[in-house]
Amino acid sequence: MQQERASSPSGRWIDLEEVSKVSSLARLGLSEEELEGLARQLDQIVAAVAKLSEADVSGVDPTAQVGGLHNICRDDEPRPCLSAEAAIGNASQTSAGLLRVPAIQ
Amino acid sequence: MSVATRVDWEAVIGLEVHAQLLTRSKMFCSCRADYLGLPPNSNTCPTCLGLPGALPVINREAVRMTIRTALALNCEIPEFTKFDRKNYFYPDLPKGYQISQYDLPLSRNGWLEVEVEGRTVRPGITRVHLEEDAGSLHHAGEIQNSPFSLVDLNRAGVPLMEIVGEPDLRSPLEARAYLTTLRQVLLYIGVNDGNMEEGSLRCDANISLRPRGSEGLGVKVEVKNMNSFRSLQRALEFELRRQSELLDAGGEVAQETRGWSEAEQRTVSQRSKEEAQEYRYFPEPDLPPLRVSREQVEEIRSQLPELPPARRARFESQYQLAPQLAGLLTARPQDSQYFEQVVGHGVSPQLAANWQSQELQGLCNAANLGVEECRVGPAALAGLLRLLEEGKISSRSAKEVLAEAFESGRDPAQLVRSKGLGLIQDPEQLGQLVEQAMARQPQAVADFQAGKTQALRSLVGLVMGMTKGQADPVLVDRLLRERLGSPQA
Amino acid sequence: MTLLEEPIPELARRLRRRQVSAVELARESLAQVERIDPGLGAFLRTTPELALAAAEEADRRLAADPEGSSPLCGIPLAYKDVLCTEGVETTAASQILRGFVPPYSATAVARLNALGAVPIGKVNCDEFAMGSSNENSSYQTTRNPWELDRVPGGSSGGSAVAVASRLVCAALGSDTGGSIRLPASFTGVVGYKPTYGRVSRYGLIAFASSLDQVGPLTKTVEEAALVLAAIAGPDPHDSTTLQEPVGDLLAGLEQGVRGLRLGIPREYLEVGIEAPVERVFESSVELLRGLGAEISEISLPTTEYALAAYYVIAPAEVSSNLARMDGVRFGPGAERAQSLRQAYETARHRGFGPEVRRRIALGTYALSSGYYDAYYLRAQKVRTLVAQDFAQAFEKVDAVISPTAPTAAFRLGERTADPLAMYATDILTLPANLAGVSGISVPAGFAEGLPVGLQVLGPSLGEAMCLRVARALERELEIWRQAPPLERVAA
Ligand SMILES: [Mg+2]
Ligand SMILES: [Zn+2]
Repeated sequence: MQQERASSPSGRWIDLEEVSKVSSLARLGLSEEELEGLARQLDQIVAAVAKLSEADVSGVDPTAQVGGLHNICRDDEPRPCLSAEAAIGNASQTSAGLLRVPAIQ
Repeated sequence: MSVATRVDWEAVIGLEVHAQLLTRSKMFCSCRADYLGLPPNSNTCPTCLGLPGALPVINREAVRMTIRTALALNCEIPEFTKFDRKNYFYPDLPKGYQISQYDLPLSRNGWLEVEVEGRTVRPGITRVHLEEDAGSLHHAGEIQNSPFSLVDLNRAGVPLMEIVGEPDLRSPLEARAYLTTLRQVLLYIGVNDGNMEEGSLRCDANISLRPRGSEGLGVKVEVKNMNSFRSLQRALEFELRRQSELLDAGGEVAQETRGWSEAEQRTVSQRSKEEAQEYRYFPEPDLPPLRVSREQVEEIRSQLPELPPARRARFESQYQLAPQLAGLLTARPQDSQYFEQVVGHGVSPQLAANWQSQELQGLCNAANLGVEECRVGPAALAGLLRLLEEGKISSRSAKEVLAEAFESGRDPAQLVRSKGLGLIQDPEQLGQLVEQAMARQPQAVADFQAGKTQALRSLVGLVMGMTKGQADPVLVDRLLRERLGSPQA
Repeated sequence: MTLLEEPIPELARRLRRRQVSAVELARESLAQVERIDPGLGAFLRTTPELALAAAEEADRRLAADPEGSSPLCGIPLAYKDVLCTEGVETTAASQILRGFVPPYSATAVARLNALGAVPIGKVNCDEFAMGSSNENSSYQTTRNPWELDRVPGGSSGGSAVAVASRLVCAALGSDTGGSIRLPASFTGVVGYKPTYGRVSRYGLIAFASSLDQVGPLTKTVEEAALVLAAIAGPDPHDSTTLQEPVGDLLAGLEQGVRGLRLGIPREYLEVGIEAPVERVFESSVELLRGLGAEISEISLPTTEYALAAYYVIAPAEVSSNLARMDGVRFGPGAERAQSLRQAYETARHRGFGPEVRRRIALGTYALSSGYYDAYYLRAQKVRTLVAQDFAQAFEKVDAVISPTAPTAAFRLGERTADPLAMYATDILTLPANLAGVSGISVPAGFAEGLPVGLQVLGPSLGEAMCLRVARALERELEIWRQAPPLERVAA
């Protein structure tokens, strides 16, 4: 899938540009100053979790879930829904029963 | 640039089709899957609203229908499959991720047999996987001018199959034929209603160009927003032209997503590659994976109906129908079922085929109905056609009666009786009319007797006219000949 | 002295004999909250009307069928604010959910309601349960009742304090990396993290879906067993719940530890456990040995990588789970946003505190193309090794014991500036979440006046084993009879 990376060429584990990209992807809306602060902290944290690279995981399968369950399904039976009022009752902006957001481009 | 050196560009097209499943409930919750016409946001629950704390539960039937589809498309069904999260922000996606499938889909490596202009091609199917639909967005007025978008989540969470085709299609026409055939298969196996306008069947296309004969791949453009077969073909034709002109002029095609504008009949750039999404797929922790047993696969396979190519071939051989007619009568499973029921009532297949595909289909098209929905059932049509076969009514009368039965829902055979539309076969009554006709047209009588045998036709026509087409034309012919004697040599 | 000092089985007896009514208990609980909680900050909100209505209903049931009603009927409880409660604001201690009133209740809450338990209110926690000190709540500070300038532990700090301070009989918390056990240890109560899948997560506002479990915080082990029995078991709304029957969690409680094999992981003692905590642990071990347990040293070799794996997997799931917090369907929106992106960014920037942002950013990074294999996939493989460690350990021993945390409750503000130091607080608890095994923290003594817990880890579905070992220690120590010195905080 993707290649592994052991460390950053700049000597930092994660740089401002990457933190900025991550903030944008996650819609965190951080200011320049906040990004710089976060970059410093993330750099330390990523350096710490990079300890993972020392673990010998050759031949080990990944574990996404621990329950060991399979084929948990439900029958195709419709059941009553929430009322439309309850469905949008917590929304800050609505219009004629619909949720309102700034226009998609 | 001279014509001789101009590059002959070949299109390389792959389609990505999204098809809503005809389950009763949604993919991961128990809200209704049939959301059309409901008041906005009234078909929702904590799960499909993406409320904090709500969890998904897999709809067993949706999995079954996807396997059914994959088998109809000749796919392999791996023993192990799982759901993944595809993360992105969009107002129609309540959880901020779509539950989809990434590296271990329900099926892969299939193909579809497609007839295009008398040739058979066999484009590959990369995979068929299962995911959830998003909600729908509405706008006050034109989308470009609207200051806000309105979100209805009634559709959010409806089971959606993604059918990814290999880039094996070589022309817009092939692409259209592929989509038509794919839709036909989905209708046959009863997993989708095939409605492109309502969006229960949706299609995106990837298209790139390369010099014909080359094996390389050009820069790929993704085209979206095509909601009919025609717009698919037009959009791809437009892209073929646009890209080849660009390349011919020494330019480069940009890798991007373009949307088809029906109003402008052209594609418009929507998003460039640089803005491409980073979906951060990872295994859905809320859903245990699925193990699909071989027994289950074989059980589902054994329940597959006869699929369109097989049925078409059988219609050609069993009923001796021309390929085109067999194709028409197998377009939808309901069409072929109707036909076989009519034939089952003892009507000759050729007659049944002609009448269903022309007269009845014409009436149905005008009324925007499928044959199975119209008021003339297979038994009624068969009754009418038997009268025609037995020479008891004229085909003109049959057409009239069919139209009336189509409107009123009355039984055509009864209509024939009540309207006295049966053929006049009484020799005495017809004999009198024949004599009247001979008296009115002495010239025709003379012409016939002088050897111009075609003059007989105008006399027959006259009698038919006098009876408003109800006279038995064979009997009229015989009676005329008896009276006129043999023509002079 | 409050009635709420009595354990639930004793209160249940009195309720059945009509020596006390559920309404009286509810009033007592609400009065205690009013009197004491302003100095502690455990409750985000109380629900007096719901509580009294539930209490009246409980009294009717107790009158109609005293022997047939649940021991939890009429018992005052509190819910961590990450559990959805129908009609009652639920915020996960985050500004982004301010004002959110769920139209449904979490399965665990609904099951307790159905038994006649009385909901007193919603208690504080770290924002979205992310934290080890409860200092990440965006609403208020919760204080440790034993020493008010110390943290109660997190993230279920409000639940722990509400129980430790006898404001309610029991509380539900959630445990993703130690969030039940750690505050239980810091405040001197019992905290149980069930086997992954034993309790439904439906209606639990997700932190890290593959690690989260709902569980009880109580004064005593028997109470923990009672509450756990009420909430455990398969739920059709949560596909990850285990199908195995829960069984009788109370039956083996008093069996003691004679002949049980208890393992102490060598690696757990190498994480820098403070001396007073280590002394409490050693005396617990001696006590258990004295009770007939066979104590041995075992190895959980992947421990050194567990923290790193946890701080990749949990944030990765966080980054996805918290994407739904977008201000569109619930929570404060961005009224004047000019674009969709601005609306999302404004709502999320205003709504998320620093620790939540940090984890979302870290998780987004770990899942991004180019880093997925090095971080997320590798962490999942390490997770396999952690689970294998436990599986192998439980072939040799019946349960694993350790201190719950390397330290007792630390001072407010002491670790807030250093995320890594805060993360290390969970070093002894989070491996159990990675492996999905069950674990309990039971009061084991005091380190310089602060409570300290013993952690007992059992195999998957080893609920009864954990409870039995914990109960053996509890019976000897009876620490639950010591309430924190509350009179100085009483209003
Ligand atoms: Mg898709
Ligand atoms: Zn729903």
